[in-house]
Amino acid sequence: MSIGLRPPASVLPQAGRPTAARSLWSDAWLRLRRNRVAVAAAAFLVGMSALTALAPWLPGLPDPALQDLALGASPPSLAHVLGTDELGRDLLARVLHGGRISLMVGLVGTLVSLLIGVVWGAVAGYVGGRTDDLMMRVVDVLYALPYIFLVILLLVFFSRTLVMLFVALGLVQWLTMARIVRGQVLSLKQQTFVEAARALGATDAAIIFRHIVPNTLGPVIVYTTLTVPAVILQEAFLSFLGLGVQPPNASWGTLVSDGARLLALFPWLVVFPGLAMSLTLLAFNFLGDGLRDALDPQGRRDAGA
Amino acid sequence: MITYVVRRVLLMVPTLLVIATLTFVLIRLAPGGPFQSEKDIPAKAKAELLARYGLDRPLHEQYASFLRNVVRLDFGPSYKYPDRQVRDIILQGFSVSAELGGWALLLALLVGVPLGTLAAVRQNQTADFAAMALALAGVSVPSFVLGPVFVLAFALTLLWLPAALWTGPASRILPVLALSASYVAYIARLTRAGMLEVLRQDYIRTARAKGLAERDVIVKHAMKLGLLPVVSYLGPAAARIIMGSIVIEQIFAIPGLGRYLVVGAINRDYTLVMGTVLFYASFLLVLNLVVDLAYGWLDPRVELA
Repeated sequence: MSIGLRPPASVLPQAGRPTAARSLWSDAWLRLRRNRVAVAAAAFLVGMSALTALAPWLPGLPDPALQDLALGASPPSLAHVLGTDELGRDLLARVLHGGRISLMVGLVGTLVSLLIGVVWGAVAGYVGGRTDDLMMRVVDVLYALPYIFLVILLLVFFSRTLVMLFVALGLVQWLTMARIVRGQVLSLKQQTFVEAARALGATDAAIIFRHIVPNTLGPVIVYTTLTVPAVILQEAFLSFLGLGVQPPNASWGTLVSDGARLLALFPWLVVFPGLAMSLTLLAFNFLGDGLRDALDPQGRRDAGA
Repeated sequence: MITYVVRRVLLMVPTLLVIATLTFVLIRLAPGGPFQSEKDIPAKAKAELLARYGLDRPLHEQYASFLRNVVRLDFGPSYKYPDRQVRDIILQGFSVSAELGGWALLLALLVGVPLGTLAAVRQNQTADFAAMALALAGVSVPSFVLGPVFVLAFALTLLWLPAALWTGPASRILPVLALSASYVAYIARLTRAGMLEVLRQDYIRTARAKGLAERDVIVKHAMKLGLLPVVSYLGPAAARIIMGSIVIEQIFAIPGLGRYLVVGAINRDYTLVMGTVLFYASFLLVLNLVVDLAYGWLDPRVELA
């Protein structure tokens, strides 16, 4: 909406101009650090990522698959901080191992969408003309598709493997990214530094990926931060329907889904995985908000969230 | 205006064709078939069954007759419930889903818009921070976590409301609440952002300067433009509510369209899946058109072309 309010290209980071680059990013960094909520969210995410990533090696954390049928489902206690499920498996271990899968799906799915979206949007915006029309028309048609049904069909009829899940979720998410990048590129390619690069004989590919794409990083980072929770949510949604992560693997979505079936008897089986997931999503959203305020202070606040 | 609508409606045809083709291809590529589980039926009976649904004919003939039938809105009988027409199942399921989604969307608007407006008017005051913290929390807690938690609190512990099914007015409350929570939150955020931008404009200052009551300034002048982001969100919101209602229908055992879709896909009920997906797709396309028209009506600067 307010493209004219973007900082001029001269203060944006550019290849070979580290001084100018530092000022924008350190400015953003300062703004971000002043936002205490965003810092707390980032700290929470670092902690959660570390705990889930290291879950297999955490001392004192039992094997999430270890059953104790004699014990069965037990509420939180000293031996099992979050309690156990109906097979006597430690819930804390299951939540942390489930978080590994959920976060991994979130990150890889986002990465897939990032790759497709940035390349698609950058090429369409840079080449322009009929190519741009055609590429964006494809995006428009895909937008109109009720993709979730196609994802469901894809997962029901073909393998329900993790790779399929990554692909399906990544394919769903790249459209908005492509639109954001294209919009950025359209205004950036008019700037003098692009003209300068071309005058120096840089190829189109080099201009797109070495000069233009790095300048779109601000909005891309913000949108990426907001895509991760969206992907985690969709994985959980599919897992809830029994279409996502398959046993013996578990994610937060499958844990909530399993817990919901025994809700009346063992409520903690829903509450703790649900809490872990909700807090993580909340932290991602807070961090995304903070990054948006820091990196793109004049940007549209509702863009792509 | 009329040419615009006609053009948009005509554009829906290729989109629907893409969707129909994709669904058809996906279903036929998938390993396994609809009558796979009935292994002990004699070969002759099976051949008759296949012939009855036209599954013994070459693929392109099946595709052609499928498209012909779609044009006549005839999806044939369901595979799983042979005595019921897919059309009837869809109509019946949709009336339930539409009620669920409609109430949820209405609630989201009735709560979200005032909440967001309040936050914008009291920007950076306690009310603003409280409303936005609440909104961010609402965005982050998924409906399938909220649903079981509501059931646990209001149905199983307090015994105020029924835990499941779709039988009386009281049974509507929990599913609608669980479904609408994240939309309340998101609409509140959009409203706040839109209103903040509008409240800075000159025509608002003029309205205040000529002595209008603050209430009139907000409600009669600012809201019309400030709610534009909300209006444009209604299309995607409806699409997401449909997706969310699949899960809510699962949790509360509600016989809606989403439930039929998931069950149909798992049962390989080809005709039911085809019918459901195409129905949802056309519904969304029409909805998007309505939203765009509303947008043009609210903001005369937008030219529909």
